[in-house]
Amino acid sequence: MKQMLSIALPKGRLGESVYKIFENIGLACPEILENSRKLIFENEENAVRYFWAKPSDVAIYVEHGVADIGIVGLDILLEQKPDVFELLDLELGKCRIAVAGKKDALKGADRKLRVATKYPAIASSYYAEKSREIEIIKLNGSIELAPIIGLSDVIVDIVETGKTLKENKLFVLEEICDISARLIANRSSFRFKTEAIENLCENLRTRNSGVEKEKIQ
Amino acid sequence: MNIKSSELCREERAIFELRGIYEQYGYEKYKISKFEEYALYLENKSFLPSPEVITFTDKNGRLLALKPDVTLSIAKNARSASEEPEKLYYNENVFRMPRASGEFREIMQLGLEYIGEVDLYAECEVLSLAAKSLEALSETCVLVVSHMGFVAGLLDECRLTGLQKEKILSCIGSKNSHETERLCHSFGLEQELCEAISAVCSLHGSFEETIEKARLYIKNEKMEDSLLLLRDIWQVLKGEFNCLILDFSVINDLSYYNGLIFQGFIDGVPATVLSGGRYDELMRRLGKDSQAIGFAVYTDQLENMERQRGGYDLDVLLLYDDKAEAEKLSAAVRMLTANGQRVRAQRVKSDRLSYKQLLRLGEGGLEILETNA
Repeated sequence: MKQMLSIALPKGRLGESVYKIFENIGLACPEILENSRKLIFENEENAVRYFWAKPSDVAIYVEHGVADIGIVGLDILLEQKPDVFELLDLELGKCRIAVAGKKDALKGADRKLRVATKYPAIASSYYAEKSREIEIIKLNGSIELAPIIGLSDVIVDIVETGKTLKENKLFVLEEICDISARLIANRSSFRFKTEAIENLCENLRTRNSGVEKEKIQ
Repeated sequence: MNIKSSELCREERAIFELRGIYEQYGYEKYKISKFEEYALYLENKSFLPSPEVITFTDKNGRLLALKPDVTLSIAKNARSASEEPEKLYYNENVFRMPRASGEFREIMQLGLEYIGEVDLYAECEVLSLAAKSLEALSETCVLVVSHMGFVAGLLDECRLTGLQKEKILSCIGSKNSHETERLCHSFGLEQELCEAISAVCSLHGSFEETIEKARLYIKNEKMEDSLLLLRDIWQVLKGEFNCLILDFSVINDLSYYNGLIFQGFIDGVPATVLSGGRYDELMRRLGKDSQAIGFAVYTDQLENMERQRGGYDLDVLLLYDDKAEAEKLSAAVRMLTANGQRVRAQRVKSDRLSYKQLLRLGEGGLEILETNA
């Protein structure tokens, strides 16, 4: 019997579009599209098992080996630094991590900068490299609110279209890095399911370059 | 002493078995004291898997540490290379902070070190003992081997700062070829080097094929020598083990490890269970002229394997009450245990433990209340 490949997908739009791609390369599991409250979906024929996880938990599942592979944003990888293999850039869910705030928020380097963010590790390493003293204010959502009501000087957050920022009269002040979805694998699982995981990566790579070509044409 | 292997938990059984293997090859048990001067770890912080160390001061004000590692202590006390080699193994508790938990844990560590002049036979012997250790832990296992000289030689060709090299190495270590290539370009390396370095991320597979593939990227003698050594090792070990694979993306700290390195995995355990390599550089840093190779087995990882224990907790649960005389009860327990059964005597029935037989010591002697077998 073929060994089951366990895949952790992030709940939400990204996870759904990744599943569509996996379906196209022979890892279909029709059950998953039925609107049910089930959390785990298996297809023995294709030897896959999927489950939905909170996006920020995907790397944890993979590191602990309950999922062999997972799809996760680079932002989460940079923040959590899990001990996993990062095998592929899926070039999906593209956005960037940036410093944003009111127009003149960065003026005057003579005082401590207050930074509100969901990503304390990314923010502190970015400013440590710049040798700037900061105070991190960890928030879990509605980050944009912080500079408006004076909780912080700036925010470090994901920027997709910049629309939310614009509507709140905030600006991107500095860019930290580009983000996209990555395919990660557990270090031990990779050794025992090498062929399955490598085939999957190869298929995704071929597909990615196909999409690139289409775009050019 | 008569030990039934069913009484031992997986971890204990593994330790017994591995010690047996090492003794068979003439390795001597090495016992160390619990503490070490903190300075040793401070100077070699990046040699440790996690940098946190429990420290305290002794009555003279010296800063001591509870051992986070055994290899450093052994290496520090090693004899000079001119004498006969030291073949040692240890089985010690160390104190570490696993990355995810954020709290110190006492971890049982088993390891083996070969210190002296390391020749081809010595490298093969240590590697085969590592493979044997894995096979003893699980039938499905993989020992991933690499040689630091290959990647180090490739990086020698590039004009990079230490920090840049570190970044590239850490990307290679997570098989992240897209990021490796991006980094190489951003550091201004030539196209050919960028391609070679990012190709290392996926250079893995059987020894023969992978050495063949790696040959394409040879840039200097250092790289060539590493491939030659791997080929020689394969010639010696190929008939004996099926679990060996080669993977050049396996790397370790260049300032300590300079040659062969390896990592072991067993099916069902999500992390590395065995890790080791050739660490002449550490010896040099400690002012020793000998060479060294060794490995450690992280037996605490075995706890994470499926926690099923076959069978019952007890063979006999023996109930008694006020009427039972201690003398008779003691005689009954002695009789039952003499047959090699696991017997527990207590006043009340247990809903926590499973047992094959439930007995009661009444006035007329032992009576069987329940049989589950």
